[in-house]
Formats: sequence, structure tokens, C-alpha cells
Amino acid sequence: MVVGMSVQFDSAAMTTGAPQAPSRLPPRFADWFRARGWTARDHQLAMVAAGADRRDALLIAPTGGGKTLAGFLPSLIALDARQRHMTQGVKAPPSRLHTLYISPLKALAVDVHRNLLGPIAEMGLAITAETRSGDTGEAKKKRQRTIPPDILITTPEQLALFCAWEGAADYFSELDTVILDEIHVLHASKRGDLLSLALGRLQALSPSLRRVGLSATVADPDVLAGWLGPQLAGRPAPVIVRGAPGAPPEVEVLLSDNHVPWSGFTARHAMAEVYQAIRGARTTLVFVNTRFQAEIAFQALWELNEDSLPIALHHGSLAAEQRRKVEAAMSRNQLRAVVCTSTLDLGIDWGAVDLVIQLAAPKGSARLIQRIGRANHRMDEASRAILVPAHRFEVLECQAARDAVAANDLDPDVLRDGALDILAQHIMGCACAAPFHPDALFEEVRTAAPYAQLSRDDFDRVIDFVATGGYALKAYDRFHRIVRDRQGLYRVRNAETAQRHRMNVGAIVDIPMLSVRLGAQRGGQWMGGRKIGEMEEGFIEQLAPGDTFLFAGQVWTFRAVEAMNAYVSPAPAGAEAKVPSWGGSKFALSTYLASRVRGMIADRSQWPALPDDVRDWLAIQDRRSLIPDPQDMLVETFPRSGRHYLVAYPFDGRISHATLCQLLARRLERLGRQPLGMVANDYALAVWALKPLDDLDLDALFEEDLLGDDLESWLEESFMMKRTFRQCALLAGLIERRFPGQEKSGRQVTFSTDLIYDTLRRHQPDHLLLDCTRREALGGLLDIGRLGRLLQRIRGRIRPVRLDRVTPFAVPVLLEIGREPVAGMAQEAILEQNAHDLAAEAMDLTALKQGRRR
Amino acid sequence: MNAPKPAIAPEPAVAHASAIAFAPSPCGALWVRIDGTPCALRPSGALWLEGASMLVAADLHLEKGSAYASRGQLLPPYDTSATLGRLEREVAALAPRRLVLLGDSFHDARWATRMSEPDRARIDALAAATDLIWITGNHDEEGLDGLPGQQSDVLEVETLTLRHEPTPGLASGEVAGHLHPCAKVSASGRAVRRRCFATDGRRLILPAFGAYAGGLNLKSAAYADLFTGPPLACALGADKVHPLVFASLKGD
Repeated sequence: MVVGMSVQFDSAAMTTGAPQAPSRLPPRFADWFRARGWTARDHQLAMVAAGADRRDALLIAPTGGGKTLAGFLPSLIALDARQRHMTQGVKAPPSRLHTLYISPLKALAVDVHRNLLGPIAEMGLAITAETRSGDTGEAKKKRQRTIPPDILITTPEQLALFCAWEGAADYFSELDTVILDEIHVLHASKRGDLLSLALGRLQALSPSLRRVGLSATVADPDVLAGWLGPQLAGRPAPVIVRGAPGAPPEVEVLLSDNHVPWSGFTARHAMAEVYQAIRGARTTLVFVNTRFQAEIAFQALWELNEDSLPIALHHGSLAAEQRRKVEAAMSRNQLRAVVCTSTLDLGIDWGAVDLVIQLAAPKGSARLIQRIGRANHRMDEASRAILVPAHRFEVLECQAARDAVAANDLDPDVLRDGALDILAQHIMGCACAAPFHPDALFEEVRTAAPYAQLSRDDFDRVIDFVATGGYALKAYDRFHRIVRDRQGLYRVRNAETAQRHRMNVGAIVDIPMLSVRLGAQRGGQWMGGRKIGEMEEGFIEQLAPGDTFLFAGQVWTFRAVEAMNAYVSPAPAGAEAKVPSWGGSKFALSTYLASRVRGMIADRSQWPALPDDVRDWLAIQDRRSLIPDPQDMLVETFPRSGRHYLVAYPFDGRISHATLCQLLARRLERLGRQPLGMVANDYALAVWALKPLDDLDLDALFEEDLLGDDLESWLEESFMMKRTFRQCALLAGLIERRFPGQEKSGRQVTFSTDLIYDTLRRHQPDHLLLDCTRREALGGLLDIGRLGRLLQRIRGRIRPVRLDRVTPFAVPVLLEIGREPVAGMAQEAILEQNAHDLAAEAMDLTALKQGRRR
Repeated sequence: MNAPKPAIAPEPAVAHASAIAFAPSPCGALWVRIDGTPCALRPSGALWLEGASMLVAADLHLEKGSAYASRGQLLPPYDTSATLGRLEREVAALAPRRLVLLGDSFHDARWATRMSEPDRARIDALAAATDLIWITGNHDEEGLDGLPGQQSDVLEVETLTLRHEPTPGLASGEVAGHLHPCAKVSASGRAVRRRCFATDGRRLILPAFGAYAGGLNLKSAAYADLFTGPPLACALGADKVHPLVFASLKGD
């Protein structure tokens, strides 16, 4: 079986009928297609034409459409022509890089390179193509700088490093084409911001540079085209080329013979049916939304695996070596199924995959289509996918997602404003490469779409930040990182400053991870054995020695943490994982799917198509409480076990619900209702209190001014702000990344970003980085924008129902209590709680002797 | 969320955990006896010895921000001012006769080339309001560069001996800094790491007072030989000191 792009090339061969566009393929290329019995596809010819016309181009095509070859063809043709020109006696120009290809994944870059060498060799082209990544050896990197290949295949981070190199101007001076792969996953992120700025830089170094974007199917290609093209007067927008759509995917929702659970995220009830589906397919990718779901699903499948099918596990915190092994086994067709997370959303194509199973709802239609596209890379056969809802609301959600895929209706793309911490990093990089004039750099930065609306004031603030830290108190005149000379040019202070910047380039901030190792005890100390993988520090913090947990497909006993290692030993046979994972789903339900679900619930004509227990559930809800109209928000209040509950159903995603919970609780506290707790999921949120909640003025409670003082006072003590600040400070270059080995080396002589944050907030609350932190927290983390739209949507549309007991709709969200921590619990509360534990313990000497809190 | 308030507030008048006597005070401080001498552990991280009218603060690390700035990391230049501000508020609240800075008052040897005139003037004012005593720490060998106050390696007061660095092994009545103790606890999937006092009732280690001073987890081996048993961690909250039993602490 062939792997990767060769599969895509095969599919090019399967086109029937003559191309409609006049072919501008040179004879050597046309011959190559013909010799293999192939015909170039229309979109490949359209990309060749765009290249010949020197137009920027965006190719939108499903996977398996010969997309990567289409991206490279114009460059191969141009390079071949140049070679011929030279062999005809024209003096060879000095060797310069011709085409730069950027992939979001290292592994994908390697794969693309391998598959590009095939056609180059078969056509006998005298073209060099090389890869460059963080793994490339120093000698090769150095050689690539002095003798560039014709085509360089690399990642956004390497490009950012290039931009901060003194030789960049010369190196890229004749760059002809830049190809950006998978831009649909890159553009709306900080990595996308950095890449966009780097493109602006390349364009300035080589004004005739042509930009080519490759993307999977998206809702709004114009948004991506707008991101791709330089914002230059007179420059036409990129040509949008569409590949022929593949056969529509066949998507079914698995309706288990077992009862659909009320809540949860494991879909354990349906695992026997999932196993049968795997048995019936050649190779299956089982996608889940979190690492923990992967662990649980993998274990469940393994217990069912009577046929000993080769089934593997793949997620981001397994040891890299183990992941490579799984990928290699997959390439060799040795596996029947892989349980995986978004780590396999992108990447090397595996031709043999003929089924994709999504365990628990996909939460967004674009993600689902991306995943379905991983099955069957032959264009003309339909991809097959099965959605497995984990609970009752997800039955509705999965059906909504299936309908959305059928209608090819995707979550909308949005163009985001570029982050200023990323701009700071880019400006520092520019200074490291060569002195710059702020006027010229401002113009250049504004050619990057995310920064097209950047004001000169903000730009100058960022320059000031890079130079002096941007402090109102001008104490650091002697310590500028970039210095302005008499001509008005900024240059980096010295070589050491530049070197330190280069160590800190990139837009990816890693979550602190600990290595999980098989440990052995020697002399009271735990010592290291084999590395099993990595886990977030936050999870390890939850564990007490002796606790059991699930990881890498096995139950382990946690022993101890030493430095950056967590030591574990295999749990006794038959041991259950005691410590639950708290991650339900890392994705929030998209606005688009949420509105589809609201519509389905309200539309009784759709109920008969639902599984029995789901239909009954809706019917009882209808009788006991009410089924809200799609535009309305139902709010139920009822007493239960001496507490008073308020449950609201905005159907607006977990993140904005969690934020709304926090704000409501604060407001209820002020109203003297003594709230005790809260919980949220993708569909609903619940708050409970000591005092009744059924006499509240709900319109006033859900007023938009929630986003005023209540929000401010909550942010004051939120964990998230500090964490976000740390990321912004790292990306902006205020503080430096610590590399492995530097962390926690004995006595902590470094500083804590939390302390910096506290001090800065008190002394200069309008500092640039605090603005960045706020913008980011309000955007992604708290989804304040979405919450604001929600509050607007429900104004005057709240449907209160007073009840004497819990309703069917309320059960799923109330079952989440205790399963997930509520985001943003105040730090002081945690101290109080621990001190409270101490007080309780002080009265109970037995507990003290045991020395354990639980 | 603002934590659901427990139905009954945890207010043990005096609780005995690990045989260390402590009691909360309405001002947020925690009273402990160290080798018989009553000590108020203040939420600011300072120690108040009422009998001697003495305020003690350890590890101010003044000019830490500018020390980093001089090497290329432009940390906010507000740490000296913030640290002095907290010290001024403690002095205003308690009107101590003596103010003792327990060593490592400056972050590095070249602080004097970077400290601003207004900040120097604030130190002058503190010295005018109190008897200012600088205990010498390992970062302080360069002298005071004209700042007022007397310097000393050790100071005896009541049953206590004040010095910068704890002497190895057990020591009764010793009050020291140097280690920057901090405590980490978690609840509901979140961890909090805070500066803390650490004591076994015989010896007391003060938290660092400086705005940017980092912390060393009390679970670390550096503390292993200093106490007779597991020490009580007295963690600094927003406006009160929280007593935390050693067994509930997390390592880093």
C-alpha cells in the first residue's frame, strides 16, 4: 500500500474526461502525467495558470485531491524552465531560495518532502528540495544558509527564526513563491498571527513574492483568502481555486441498544457496538475529544477485544517514541484501529483507513469534516463515519452535526485581530535581523491581514514595550533592548540580546508537563525508570501517593514527584482508576451547532426519529416543565435536599456557561441568596443556594451589565488571568522561556510571573501586556464575546418555570456536579478550604495520625 | 467563584495541631509562641514582636527588577517601590520602636547604582521613624552605600535570636529568613502556592518580603533538618494568615 501523497497522485489519475481549462503544462510535465496514464485535474491546471499569471492563489480541496502537488506544480515548472535557460548557456545566477513551503506539523513536512522527491526524480528535474525543522542538525542548517536548496520545506517557527537572522534580506531576496499548507488550522491563532507577519517580511524582502495557500473545505473561503493575501493597494485578492468535491461522506449516528446515559463523556454504553464496527472495517480511526477519553475508550475496547485485534492508542502526552511506533505501524497497515485525539486531526495520510468513529459529540462541524476526511483518501469513494453520542443531549447534537455535514454547512470562519504580544516578538525579531525604521515597519506590518487595522498608537506602544518595557516609570534608560540611532533606525542592543531573542521565538507556549516514569524506591528516594509519557502538572498535583489513575492504557499507582518526574508503579491487577480525570471535553459546542440543537428540540416533528429513551425524556420534560422555543431561554427553579436550584438552558457552550455561572453566583451573593455552588455543561448551567431563588427578577438577573463590575471583580482573583499573563509575557519577550533542566534547579532564584502580574496591575494597570492578557482572556478563555451575544439574544425571552422538583432536562447538568472543578475558583477560597480542613482535623486526632486529608 | 461560605465558620479559638499552639487574631495575623515568646505572624509576611515593639521583615531583595533589566529582561520597575510601600504600611499600623530587616535586603551588589532617589528618601524616612537595623545577609556584603541604620550579624531579643540564614540542625528560639518558604495546597482541581511562615514552635522561618522574591516549597529537602517535626505552614492570604498542616501540603 502506498502512503501519503503518492496516494493523492493516484487519485489524480482517476479523473475521467478531458480538462476544461486550457492546459499550460509544459511538455515534460504533460508527458509525465501521460506516461503514468494520468490526466491532470482541473484545479491542478488552474493552479498552474495562477502561477503563470503571477497571481496569489488559494486552493480549497478535500484531502486526497492531489492538493499538495497542485501547490508545487507552478514552482516545479518555473524551476525547470530556469534550469533549461541556464543549460542554454546563460550565466548561472547566484543560488537563491526559490520556493518556501510551510507546514503546521513537522511530521507533515517530512512526509511532503518524501513525496515531492518522487515526481522530481521521475521527471528527471534538476531541482533540490530539503526540509528544515527544530530537529535538523546544526551542520545541515548552516549549509542550508550558505547554499540554499531550490525548495525549502519547513514550519512557521523556523520561518520566524529566519526573520530574526541577519542574513534574511539576502537569503530571501529572490524568493518566488511561498506555499502555506493547512492554512485553515493556522490562520485564526497566534501562530497564524506570527506567520502572517513573517509573510509581510518576506514580501518586503522579495516584492514579487507570490503566495499560495492550501486548505481543506471551509465555510467561507473569502476569509481565508483575505488572510492569505497581502493588504497592499492595487494587489488583487488571491484567486480561489476549488477542487472537485469528493463523494459526499456517509455519516451515521450510532443509536445503541443500551440506554443512552443521562450525562458523561465516555460513551461506555456503546463500546460493544463500537468494537463491532471496528471488526467490520479494515482500519478505523477512533477520534475522541480529550486524552482522558482516549484512555478510557482504549481500555474499554481492550477489555472487549476477544479477537485480539491490533488496536493502538495515540495522544499528545504519550512518549514521542511510542507515538512514532504507532504511526509507523499504521503506515505499514499493521493496525486495525487507533484511538486518538486531535493529534491525528492533521498529518500523514494513511490510505488504508476506511472508517472514522467519533466518540462523544464532535462539538463543531468543521472539526468533524476534518476528521471524516481522514478516512479513505480516494476521492471517488465516500468516506464513512459513525458518530457515537455519549449522552442524551449529544444524541441531538450528533444528529445536528450529521445534518450539517450533509448540507456541507460549516462553522463560520472569523478573521481575528492580531495579538500585540506576537507583534512585539516580531518587531524584536526584525531588529535582530537588521536596523529598521518604525514608519516603514508600520506600513509592512499593516500588510498582514490580522494587523491591517492596527493603529499607529498601538504600534508605537509595542515599539516602546520592546525597547524599554513600556513602563510609565522611565527607570530603564540604560537597559533598552532596541536602541534608536541618529537616522531614526532601531537596532538591537547587542549580539547577546539578539541571541537570547532567538532562543525564545515561536507562538506555542507549552503547558508545564511532568515526565511520568516507572519508579523504583531506593533508600527512601524514588528513582527513575522508563518514561511512559508526560502529563500536565495540574493533574499530577491532584494525586496523593497511593492514588490510582489511568494513563497510557493502563492503571498506575502514583508514588511521588521528584523534580520534573512523577514516579508510578503498575497498579495491582484488577485495580480501578480511583482518581477521575476532570476533562469532559476540551471543545465547547459551536454556536452554529448549538442553534441547530435548539431548533431540533423545539421541532416536535423531528422527535419520532429519535431513540426511545431520548424521545421519552423530551416528552416528560414537556409535561413536567416546558420545551422552549429556539429563541427562548428556559429557566427552571426548584428546591432539592434543602437547597434552592436555578437551572438555565442557554445552549451556548461550556465556556460561556462557566463564565456566566461565576457572574450569576457573584450577583446572587450580593442579593443575599447565599449561593453554594455551580456547574455548567454545553447546554445548561446550574447555581444552587441556601435561600430561595424562585422569586428573582430574572430579566434583571441576566441583564447585560453582568459584564460590568461583576466581571471585573471576578477577573481580579481569577487564576486564568495570571496564567494568560504568563503566556503573553513569554510571547512578548518580557520574560524568557525556561528550557528543560533550568526549571526548579534547587532553590528558586528566579521570579514568579504571578508576582510580576500583581505588581504591574497595581502600579500600571494600563500596561500593554495587561491589555493583551485581558483581550485574550475575554476572547478565547472566557468567551465574553459569545456571552455578550447570548445575553442580548435572551433579553425579554426568558421563560421562567417554578417547580417543586428536578426536571428531566436538569438531570444531565446536575450529574456533572463534583465531576469537574468549576473554572476560576478563587485562590483565597482554596486556602480557606484547606485551613478549614485543618480545623476539622485538629478536632479529630485519628485523622491527624493518619496524616492524610482524605 | 467566591467560595460558598461554610455554614459554620472555622474559628477554633486555639487549635493544637502537631503540638504547635496558634490562634487567629482579628487583624488577620496568626499568634504563635516561639520558644515561649509570643509572635504575631502578619499577612504581609512580617513578624511583629509586640513585647519588644519590633517589626521584622526578611529578604526584601530591593532592586531585583532592575537587576534583571540590566541583563535584558525588562521586568516592571515597581518592585522596590511596592516592597517599601508594604513596609511603610506595616510601620504605620504598628508604630514599632525597632525595624529589623533580616538580611538579603538588596538583590545584588550593584543595587546602589540603580536605586532611585525617591526610594532612598523613603528608606531615610523609615529610619527616622524607627531604629532601623540591617541584619547582614549573603547578598549584602557591599554595605549600605550611605543609607541610615546600623548593621549587625545577629540580634538577640527576649528568648529569640534573629539572624539571616538558619544555622544547620535544630535551633531553639531562632528566627531566620533566607529560604523564602512557600506552601502549596490544592482543592477542586486547582493548586495555590503562597509564601508562608514555617515553624515547629521552636524555630521560625520568615517568608520573603520582597515583591519579586521567589519561593522555595516547604516540602523541599532544604528544610528537612531544621524542625523537630513536620512544621506548621502559615500561608499568606489576602488579608489573613492561614494555618496549614504539613500533611496537606503539595510539593512542586
